[in-house]
Amino acid sequence: MSGAPLDDEALPRDNGELVFEAPWQARALAVTVALVDGLGLPWDAFRSRLMAEIAQDPQCPYYESWGRALEALVIELDLATDAALDAATPTERAPL
Amino acid sequence: MSADHHHPQELAPVEARIAAIESVLVEKGILDIDAVDEIVKHFEDNLGPMNGAKVVARAWTDAAYRERLLSDGTAAIKELGFSGPEGDYMVVVENTPQVHNLVVCTLCSCYPWPTLGLPPKWYKAPAYRSRAVREPRKLLAEMGTVIPDGVEIRVWDSSAEARYLVLPMRPDGTNTLTEEQLAGIVTRDSMIGVQRL
Repeated sequence: MSGAPLDDEALPRDNGELVFEAPWQARALAVTVALVDGLGLPWDAFRSRLMAEIAQDPQCPYYESWGRALEALVIELDLATDAALDAATPTERAPL
Repeated sequence: MSADHHHPQELAPVEARIAAIESVLVEKGILDIDAVDEIVKHFEDNLGPMNGAKVVARAWTDAAYRERLLSDGTAAIKELGFSGPEGDYMVVVENTPQVHNLVVCTLCSCYPWPTLGLPPKWYKAPAYRSRAVREPRKLLAEMGTVIPDGVEIRVWDSSAEARYLVLPMRPDGTNTLTEEQLAGIVTRDSMIGVQRL
């Protein structure tokens, strides 16, 4: 794993520490880092999409923009279809 | 504890969508689940518990704050600026020479994110969740924490209505440390109660 994304200063930080408001946000970051790394893409391949999503809706919570950017990356690279994602989208979380 | 709070929760749309992306990509062999878990583990181990450590250090150095913390955990923790999702209904339980407190969530993984960050993997494991109640002394010993026989172990089951944080005993020989230095010796595991400082 390259260290670059986790050092990305665009990530939400509190007094220098990376922060998450909920575990799913950490999961979202981890999925993105592992995907970009696994595909051998530069981190900017994701980052540019994230910046675009934020620019489009600056009031949107950070990790919602993140989710949209991740989905855009996945669709544009033809890794999954909209229909496949719809079919796999859970509606509730089972107790762990 | 009401069982209602352990029923399945509705997912936020973005959370559900990211879960869908993850499962589709893993199924297609594009995403390596081990790599994802590895990164999440890094977050679990290295992020989060600093806020809780600051709360503990303040309680050790400020008797009035300690009183407020024990009587209304949520409000006292908020005084230091820590609040947010899963940070309500905080109950702080204090370790003493006679009592050792241990926190578990038997039915899922209720956990105070704003003070402790992300729950470690073992906290969510069925073995921890069941054995913490059934045989806490044995479980703690296996985790490397031997509680003397004369010390009572109290087990607290976290839920959406009460999220517990352990106030560990201040170790001997720390009289000269500043509040900031004290925060540096408080570990995540000591605030869950699986470790003594």
